[in-house]
Amino acid sequence: MSKETRIAPLIETGWRRYLCIYGALCQNSIMRDMQFKVNFVLWLIVELLWFGLQITFISVIYSHTDHIGSWSRYEVIFLIGAANFIQQLFHAVFLNNITQLSEHIRTGRLDFMLLLPVNPRFLVSLRTMDLGSYVSTLAAIAVMVYAGIQLELQPGIIHFVGFAMMSVCGVMIHYSLMLILASISFWTIKAEGFAWGYYNLFNVARLPDAAFKGGFKAFFTFAIPMLLVANIPTKFFIQKLQSPMEILSLIMMAGACLLASEIMWRFAIKHYTSASS
Amino acid sequence: MIKFWNEWIKYGHVINVGIQNTLAYRMNFLFRAVFTLIPLLANILLWKTIFSDKAEGDMIGAYNLSQMVSYYLLILIVNSMTAVNEDDWQIAADIRNGVISQFLLKPMDYLTFRFSLFLANRLIYILVATIPVGLFLLWQRNYWTAPVSMEALMLSILSLSLTGLLQFLISFTMALLAFWVLEVATFIFILYAFEYIAGGHLFPLDLLPTWLETLLYWTPFPYLLSFPVLIYLGRVEGQAMWNGILVQTVWLVIAFLTARFVWNRGIRSYTAVGG
Repeated sequence: MSKETRIAPLIETGWRRYLCIYGALCQNSIMRDMQFKVNFVLWLIVELLWFGLQITFISVIYSHTDHIGSWSRYEVIFLIGAANFIQQLFHAVFLNNITQLSEHIRTGRLDFMLLLPVNPRFLVSLRTMDLGSYVSTLAAIAVMVYAGIQLELQPGIIHFVGFAMMSVCGVMIHYSLMLILASISFWTIKAEGFAWGYYNLFNVARLPDAAFKGGFKAFFTFAIPMLLVANIPTKFFIQKLQSPMEILSLIMMAGACLLASEIMWRFAIKHYTSASS
Repeated sequence: MIKFWNEWIKYGHVINVGIQNTLAYRMNFLFRAVFTLIPLLANILLWKTIFSDKAEGDMIGAYNLSQMVSYYLLILIVNSMTAVNEDDWQIAADIRNGVISQFLLKPMDYLTFRFSLFLANRLIYILVATIPVGLFLLWQRNYWTAPVSMEALMLSILSLSLTGLLQFLISFTMALLAFWVLEVATFIFILYAFEYIAGGHLFPLDLLPTWLETLLYWTPFPYLLSFPVLIYLGRVEGQAMWNGILVQTVWLVIAFLTARFVWNRGIRSYTAVGG
């Protein structure tokens, strides 16, 4: 690191300062990852295996039927690719940080983070970056491209831009819900289970929304909006949307989740009384 | 004879202590049990949607809707009763932190000690999970099918206990890799991925092409989860069922010998870091 980049966070202000800090944090994470190269590759294999496993599941189902609701085989494969893409982005940017929150509280490291001259939510959410998950998104992109070719899609630039923006909304939903769950560890110290619990929700995100009806559909759309995260970007990209209201519901729910997580976070921080002393 | 009883009493105490420690995690267990129901529910809804587009009485593979749902419900039960949840991480941590040093000095066998804790752990988990799982089963009761015969029920219970033992021994051996590598989590997750698909967690294995299904029955994976379910539902019967139980037993013996072997090699290369 050159001297200029190291002092940059001290002299910059506002969002540029945060950008500088984030750059330094990312650099740090990459250096740490590269110290354990074998482990890095093994985690990539783990991610690929689980991804392959989901596609196998869908292939087995489609060897016995030719549609699930209105969804054809390659539409669902595209959806699994998209769900995985969004999930991996979420992993890359946020997941490890949030699962460590309960550890920070238990060991008292959170006290130290609160003293630093940066926004604590920023630090808790973005302290480490997971390079491996960025690499894993490539597999997800490859699957989407393959499914797209099989579906003979001819996407325009608008579809790529729209898909990217809706994916960001999807990541925001994952992030907000996970932060809300992790905030519970402010009250019960043993909260490792919460992160594990969230993994089960990913299972819902990669299924076609046509599989859910009535109460379940409402629950997984408006209470825990897992059916919006990947389904809406996919439906937009493969031109399967029934109405623009679906896009609006994704944006609204992403906003609502962010707001809820901010309220929860502020409430938790306000009532935080250190663990060790 | 007295020595034999002393052994029982000794590990009885371990189970007792294990139960008390595990009770501290009861909320975690409850949380885990509830969240496990979400992917299960998603799978059941998925199959219901697929079947709803088929004609009345149509089959997928050799399953109608209630048989399919029963399959998943039974997998849930077997999984709750036999799956290892924290044991492997704890064993790996014991090795990394040097805690196992004390077992090299105590007149206590680490494998038996761990197995006693596994029993305690499962007991509490089953008690805690009874509430959410019970409610879920009650809700889905229309899809519940009875065992094909009394014999099938008894043998599926036998196979279920073999499944539990096999689960424990394989996780134990995987965790012992911590003697040689810093992070065992990746290896455990790779094995778990295979178990998830080849064990029949995601879908019944007889939906696969026959050659692949036959091949899988020679691997340990189906015996880690779905084999007791297949016996219960009458998917394997007669000679095939007995053969399966034999293969399961053989894998169990192999797993036990491997666990002993790996442990012996492990403590030889163990350097008691931090101990």
